[in-house]
Amino acid sequence: MTVAPITVTSLETYRNESPYPFCPGCGHGFILDHLNRALVKLQLDPRRVVIVSDIGCVGLSDQYFVTNAFHGLHGRSTVYATGIKLARPDLKVIVLMGDGGTGIGGTHLINAARRNVGITVLVFNNLNFGMTGGQHSATTPTGAITATTRAGNLERPLDICATVAANGASFVCRGTSFDKDLPDRIAEAIQNEGFSLLDIWELCTAYYVPNNQFSRKALMNTLDQLQFPTGVLQRRETPEYAAAYRQAYAEVLGKPTLSPQPIEPRLKSALDRRFNLVVAGSAGGRVRSAVRLAGLAGILSGLRAAQRDDYPITVKSGHSVSELVLDPDEILYTGVSRPDALLILSQDGYQKVARYLPLMTRDDRLFVLPPLAGVETRAQVMVIDPAHAPIRVAKTNTALVLLAVVLKQLALLPSQALEEAARLGRAQYVDENLKAIAAGFALADR
Amino acid sequence: MREYTDGSTAIVRGSLAAGCTFFAGYPITPASPILMMMMRELPKVGGVAMQAEDEIAAISMCIGATMAGARAMTATSGPGISLYSENIGLAVMGEVPLVVVDVQRLGPATGGATSVGQGDVQFIRWGTAGGYPVIVLAPSSIAECYTLTMKAFDLAERFRCPVFLLTDKELNMTMNTVDVDEYHDLIVRERKTGGSDNGRETGVFTPYHYDPPDGVPPMAHYGGDVVLRFTGSTHDERAFITKHPPTVEALNRHLAAKIEEHLDEIEEVTADLEPGARTLLISYGVTARAMRGAVREARSGARKVSALTIHSLWPVPEMAIRAALDGIEQVVVAELNLGQYRREIERIAHGCQVVGINRVDGELISPAQFLEAIR
Repeated sequence: MTVAPITVTSLETYRNESPYPFCPGCGHGFILDHLNRALVKLQLDPRRVVIVSDIGCVGLSDQYFVTNAFHGLHGRSTVYATGIKLARPDLKVIVLMGDGGTGIGGTHLINAARRNVGITVLVFNNLNFGMTGGQHSATTPTGAITATTRAGNLERPLDICATVAANGASFVCRGTSFDKDLPDRIAEAIQNEGFSLLDIWELCTAYYVPNNQFSRKALMNTLDQLQFPTGVLQRRETPEYAAAYRQAYAEVLGKPTLSPQPIEPRLKSALDRRFNLVVAGSAGGRVRSAVRLAGLAGILSGLRAAQRDDYPITVKSGHSVSELVLDPDEILYTGVSRPDALLILSQDGYQKVARYLPLMTRDDRLFVLPPLAGVETRAQVMVIDPAHAPIRVAKTNTALVLLAVVLKQLALLPSQALEEAARLGRAQYVDENLKAIAAGFALADR
Repeated sequence: MREYTDGSTAIVRGSLAAGCTFFAGYPITPASPILMMMMRELPKVGGVAMQAEDEIAAISMCIGATMAGARAMTATSGPGISLYSENIGLAVMGEVPLVVVDVQRLGPATGGATSVGQGDVQFIRWGTAGGYPVIVLAPSSIAECYTLTMKAFDLAERFRCPVFLLTDKELNMTMNTVDVDEYHDLIVRERKTGGSDNGRETGVFTPYHYDPPDGVPPMAHYGGDVVLRFTGSTHDERAFITKHPPTVEALNRHLAAKIEEHLDEIEEVTADLEPGARTLLISYGVTARAMRGAVREARSGARKVSALTIHSLWPVPEMAIRAALDGIEQVVVAELNLGQYRREIERIAHGCQVVGINRVDGELISPAQFLEAIR
């Protein structure tokens, strides 16, 4: 996306003709005038500037400029700006938000600073909610009287600058709407490549001023009392996020994206009906990957396969159960009401599938390790002891050894199908898996 | 040729085929595989994928990126949709093309994170303040996950609105076998931009100007050759805030009309109707798969039955449902909730007995449950 350079002769203002709607004495108009001066100084193409306004009185502000504008939801202006910047890193994105938006959208501010995404945030900090009736905000000084702190504010005001500075913002400045140098500060912030924030203190003449006999002088005193420093508080050279993202991923640009991994059914299975095979083991026991190979083997043999896994959210502990359906027809229902064959590899697995045991019939098959040899069931039980395998296999691959035994015993698939499936897998596991399969087949023949 | 895959993968592939260039999400089971794949795949096409600080940020970034010219998607599950809610309203009001995938899990709150459910059906429909129509598509197979993702992008661009792809844990995370030729590509229409002289003279775009009968305003994006305004407040066609009653009314009616007057472009069902059948089975999503299995079994036993799989859940495809009701005495609506979509069918199927098959135990409805219900 490229844009022809605009042939703007020097712009004298970025304001349109509409007068501001703010109360007499409100700081918002002063700050917007400072912003306008900064834009005039920078002479940016209005089509390359996006003003993202938050909610509250400040949310009206975008309507008085000739630049692009985005007026979204309360507190989220920083993240809309992030989305715009990520999609179009060449744009200058300026967020106008109040102390209310700072409070409700605090996490977005911290994260934008932490990422150092190249947006400029101007906080119109008038110490209360001016639009909704003068309620206290996250920056209301302790002891202040507001519509919701009749006995004086009990909360400590948020130090916005310290918060974003501590979290990586590359330009941080605190000032007031009365500052003569504010246009220069705003211009510097806009020109800065990384995340910039200006915390601009001002007067809300509708609520905060009358409620607290507040004034310009009192505002300065409050800053002193809180020991909130003013001026440029941080300048940091760190990579801007949108640019860093493109740099970090430059080497994958143009690489082929995810595409189907077709499997050609080149073998034949004699299975003429749906078969449910359930494998129950422990997390970390490679149950899922072993069963996945069995599914692939089924597809290689002309069947269809479906695999549903169940494991606790703590991935590396507890049970790991995989339910495999093999069917010559399309598998429409992936649930298993009763397994035709059940392989239990561990106590964790046993507990999870014990409910199946009473349902199993004399035609069904149960495969267990020696410790579970005595389990009660009507199914035909085969006890497998992996220690008797003639080939030594890493313990982590026991699931595949036993699954090979089961598949060989059940004779559902041609025996080379499982080996072929193993060869389709990731190169680093092929040899190890083939060895496990060989061990299982040998064990089945004993 | 066949493929062994899952719905998450098909959705990611569908989004890439549809020209998606931006994704933002937040990790949540069972939608996380989409996030992880998008993080890996999008940079390859020059797109951007972000893991946001929360779901509110995720959808906000998508909306911002879309207005800067991107084609965006996000994916989450029920708890994430809760956090999307306010921004869904912004996408409706600001007329933002956006694809939202809801991979449903079981129950309210944290619920059953790794269990299947279909409990977001009404929530998705009424998920934001103000009550405006949304488009919701529900695939019932892995191949449909691919195709309907593309359709979701197409409808989002066509109508300038959020379009939901409603899936579930089972469809997204259970591996299944797909015939490769089941994947159908769709043409995703380009975003309608500009308008013949919109902004050409003044350099300022009129972002919410639309002409009947189409009713959808053409779009511009930030950084283009016109100045663009965007707002979530009640606005005039230039995106300036207004309380002027005729303007306000026209806007609010327009947001509904642009979708409701074009139902024929949205409705999608699979009707498998059998002459002489007295029972009509209706389902959607993963549950419709078991329904198809039951139909196969019933007919092999010479029992007559009709079935309707609904792919466009919202707006309700009333024309297709009415057509399927011809000669039917009993309607069975099967879903993994306590009967949310049955309400819609009851409203339409006058004179029929409407019953539900419902499960909320984290297990799927089985073909056997359907067979028991057939008259």
